[in-house]
Amino acid sequence: MTPQRPIVTALACLLAISSAHAEIKVAVIQELSGTGATAGTNFKNGVRLAIDEINASGGILGQNIAATIEDTQSTPGVAKGLVLKAVDDGAFAVFGPTFSGSMIVSMAQTRKAMVPNFTGADAAIITQQGNRYVFRTSFTQAISMPKLARYIATSLKAKTVAILFVNNDFGKGGRDAFVKAAASNGLTVAADISTEAGLLDFSAPVLRAKRSNADVLFVYTNEEESARCLRELRKQAYDRPIVGETTLTGQRVIDLAGAAANGVLAHVGLTADAPIPAVQAFREKFEKAYKYTPDHNGLKGYTSVYLLKAGIAAAGKLDRVAVARALHGLKIRAANEPGVLMNVAIDDNGDLDRESFIVEVKDGKQHVKEVLPPLTRF
Amino acid sequence: MLDLLQLGVSGLTTGSIYALAALGFTLLWQASGTINFAQGEFVMLPTFGMLALSSLGLPLLAAFAITCALAVLVLGWGFKRGIADPLLQIGVMPVVVATLGLAIALRNAVRAGYTAEAQPFPSLFGDQIFHLGAVAITLVDAGTLAAALALVIGTQAFLTRTVTGRAMQAVAQNTEAATVLGIDVPRMIFYTFAVNAILACAAALLIAPTYLAKFDMGESLGTKAFFAAVIGGFNNSRGALLGGVIVGVSENVAAAYVSAAYKDAVALAVFMLVILLKPHGLLGTPVGRKV
Repeated sequence: MTPQRPIVTALACLLAISSAHAEIKVAVIQELSGTGATAGTNFKNGVRLAIDEINASGGILGQNIAATIEDTQSTPGVAKGLVLKAVDDGAFAVFGPTFSGSMIVSMAQTRKAMVPNFTGADAAIITQQGNRYVFRTSFTQAISMPKLARYIATSLKAKTVAILFVNNDFGKGGRDAFVKAAASNGLTVAADISTEAGLLDFSAPVLRAKRSNADVLFVYTNEEESARCLRELRKQAYDRPIVGETTLTGQRVIDLAGAAANGVLAHVGLTADAPIPAVQAFREKFEKAYKYTPDHNGLKGYTSVYLLKAGIAAAGKLDRVAVARALHGLKIRAANEPGVLMNVAIDDNGDLDRESFIVEVKDGKQHVKEVLPPLTRF
Repeated sequence: MLDLLQLGVSGLTTGSIYALAALGFTLLWQASGTINFAQGEFVMLPTFGMLALSSLGLPLLAAFAITCALAVLVLGWGFKRGIADPLLQIGVMPVVVATLGLAIALRNAVRAGYTAEAQPFPSLFGDQIFHLGAVAITLVDAGTLAAALALVIGTQAFLTRTVTGRAMQAVAQNTEAATVLGIDVPRMIFYTFAVNAILACAAALLIAPTYLAKFDMGESLGTKAFFAAVIGGFNNSRGALLGGVIVGVSENVAAAYVSAAYKDAVALAVFMLVILLKPHGLLGTPVGRKV
């Protein structure tokens, strides 16, 4: 043995050990307290479930995923600081935040560091800034609102609509997109009611909605506010159709609103009640792990990890830039990557397209009324 | 006009709950000179106490009764002995700061130890809706309003019509004279803290079904109750009811006719107006200060 031999052997051993312990570090930065706690906790639990599954089946390219979980406290300033910390710590990908306001102020950090950033935030502006590293886990408002407005105009045969929205980035983005979509579907906005995040008493906004005498009320607020609003609508015996987007019929809102949620309609991109076997299997696993029914954010969190997995598989290597590039324009078939649950296509902005649903709440449960096909052909 | 009536009903219900918490403010102030800025959290804590007991399978009223007993022990006796008694010897400001700190600690303890998410809370009353003319009223609203008014009036009657209540009032008005008259002053002060704890439990029982149980639910409630107490008159228990109703109704009217964004600001505006024009509150009386 030459003198160099032991050194080479030792180095090889070290390399082997380090490679055996190599992990894909990801940061889960979610609203685990404050007004976004319901959404953030669901998303985080979905991510954890997916990571556990992937690690149990051998990881991605032979490496396990290691997640750090942080709480934004539903505050944009905290979210920005946490994303910066995650980037400094070398995260391969960031999952969150879910609040649009937090996402808008923090995504510049992941963009600068070229770190893929998956978000459940809905505000349209997030993917309209040319950021090549931001990827949605649900529809943008620019896609979901036209679908909803068309449903209100055609299926509900409404002529006028009252809008009750929350005055934050999420609410204003949705309101703007809906107003535009309403106009192009021949709907007149009879009342445009702004409410504050964290509002406890909805008696005045609901009264304004009643006074407008609109054919339909469109409610676009965060989870807890949605529940309080639905309770107040029932208290004031509101008798016109109440429609919303995904949040309004989330299981958490239904649980909080109780009987007041019955009869509410919503367009949802993802629902644990979707009549799709893969979604039902996910729901079962989630309920077993966390003892409650996931809402759409649980599905977003779960599928987002599989989007990353598909991106890495398409890139063929653990390279952030290559993965981000591979994700743009990627069509992922559920047959090839069951974790995405449904066929999904990601466009050049990071927005995605897949099937969606019109649901109605009956007896405290979502029931799918209609399945709307994706715009993309697979 | 119809809208005003509908807003008035909602405002009265909310205002009556503010009044319950405000009554606690005025009682503690009168009896011991304590300003408790954790009053909102004193409502939040029993809410979660009742939730925890209900999750063990207890009926709501049994959970309420046990929570009241625990609240008297912890939020009454514990608060008095642990914070109010030692700090009042130094002055009012240390109590104010300590209760502000206590509020933050309680919020975070519940957030970390129980849950950060809002929880549904069962209601004592059904959710049937009935109409008075064109005004829709739910049994929850009517029941809450009736229960809160009964509690405020009952507390007033207890203070003015019973020997113990009069002794508590005597202590509140002049501690030294009460001592000379043979009244057990420390016991009467404890009774006041105990009544405050029970009122907080009652407010929790009434408000949580509508506002949902959440660790930060006391933040807004405590502030509104403080405004209500000052508007009505900090040294007058009846003032708490008046202040609560004014805050509840005015914020509802402002939210409907101006903007929901100004809902919280209107309580502050009324508060400022009252302390500028009538510093002792609408029903308060000027108190001479020894120099």
